[in-house]
Amino acid sequence: MAFSNKVRESYQKEIKEIQDAGIFKEERFIHSPQAADIEVEFPKGAGLSKVINMCANNYLGLSSHPEVVKAAHEGLDARGYGMSSVRFICGTQDIHNELENKVTEFLGTEDTILFPSCMDANAGVFEAVLTTDDVMISDRLVHASIIDGIRLCSAEHDTFKHSNMEHLEKKLQLHADKRMKMVITDGVFSMDGDTAKLDEMVQLCEKYDAMLLVDDSHASGFIGKRGRGTHEKYGVMGKIDIITTTFGKALGGASGGCVSGRKELVEMCRQKARPYLFSNTIAPVVVSGVLRVMDILSQSTERRDKLEANAEYWRKGLTEAGFILKEGDTPIVPIMLFNAKLSQDFSRDLYSEGIYAIGFFFPVVPKGQARIRTQISAGHERHHLDKALEAFTKIGKKYDILGKTKQEVIDRYGM
Amino acid sequence: MDDMQKMILEYVEEEYLEDEDEAIDVDTPLISGGIVDSFSMVSLKRFLENKYNISIPDEKATPEAFDTVDKICALVKEFI
Repeated sequence: MAFSNKVRESYQKEIKEIQDAGIFKEERFIHSPQAADIEVEFPKGAGLSKVINMCANNYLGLSSHPEVVKAAHEGLDARGYGMSSVRFICGTQDIHNELENKVTEFLGTEDTILFPSCMDANAGVFEAVLTTDDVMISDRLVHASIIDGIRLCSAEHDTFKHSNMEHLEKKLQLHADKRMKMVITDGVFSMDGDTAKLDEMVQLCEKYDAMLLVDDSHASGFIGKRGRGTHEKYGVMGKIDIITTTFGKALGGASGGCVSGRKELVEMCRQKARPYLFSNTIAPVVVSGVLRVMDILSQSTERRDKLEANAEYWRKGLTEAGFILKEGDTPIVPIMLFNAKLSQDFSRDLYSEGIYAIGFFFPVVPKGQARIRTQISAGHERHHLDKALEAFTKIGKKYDILGKTKQEVIDRYGM
Repeated sequence: MDDMQKMILEYVEEEYLEDEDEAIDVDTPLISGGIVDSFSMVSLKRFLENKYNISIPDEKATPEAFDTVDKICALVKEFI
């Protein structure tokens, strides 16, 4: 037997270390469709709790939208379940091409290629378009999938301080001798909820002849007046060379992602990106659902407008209650608690009050910056937000952190 | 503090610390302390190689070897 006791014990020891470090991840089983109101089994084997979901990426409330579900059913009937092939052999249907065209139009780019996920898009895009003669310069807080993609690419890589344009400019000067330069950022940063200064970044990239890649997974569908993304918010549509994004969050929330941008770069991905070449693409049933999502969003901005109003209401309520928030204007609203244990205790107490929100701490966020991250949805009604505010305030009082400064909270609970 | 310690400390402060961060010293854990992530370590390695005209093999450029300014100095001295 290859999996000897010695090998098993080695893994058991490692798992215990993860548990002892307090970073063991445990799944909570949801027994209902994804929505603002969900039924959760937690811990495993416990009875179902009805809770308000404050931690889904379901920004537009489309995950279980009846029209999207109906379109998926129709797509399943019309185009079948699976493709049993990668795209370039016999795994491409007309609807894959149709979705690529719709995404191109929605994002205001030149062309689009689908990937099984945005994780795959980010894993594949860099090595498809860059070589050892090039350099990638990324914001220090980019998503883990970008970091993985950069690691898979032979180009040199460097980083700049989060959203620090002076530091970025220094790095662009430092790497002026490279054949190609690519600046890489998230559009909306998922842990802090702030946005990249894309207008300034576009200017710097033009000045130093660098390409710009933006992962807009936490923006596509709702950031910008028409929900086109962070590039719309900053008035630079058509000037981003590559946008990667996901259909697994606001755009229906099922799965799938894409690379959208300059047609030559998209073509390079079609020829060379390994997750595209060696994996089936998005299943027809999901493509059909996303197509309906794109139609809904192209017809009206009602859902992103409601989301914006909800997020503003939520931020205002928490601020008035006396919580310390990360500043921003996106539906990602982090409530700063600074201490890791406090964030875990706070999350557990929220759950007892019927509110599902998760505490994050090092290494997911920097040390001393533990927080509860809340994510607002167009699927939330005011009564959801009011009930959540009531629960947050009650628990905030319990721990005596309302109206306190950062230093006062740290003095009491530690970093 | 010798010249090498001073120069590396200054570079780390300039390159990695944000305004609100606490001051660091030659024995402050940089990577295990969450100040420098292992991914951003690359620019530090490049700085050292250019500054001292050396080449640090990847297998030597471990997060442990880069964890404090003192350890970095010790590593650099191996290759000067």
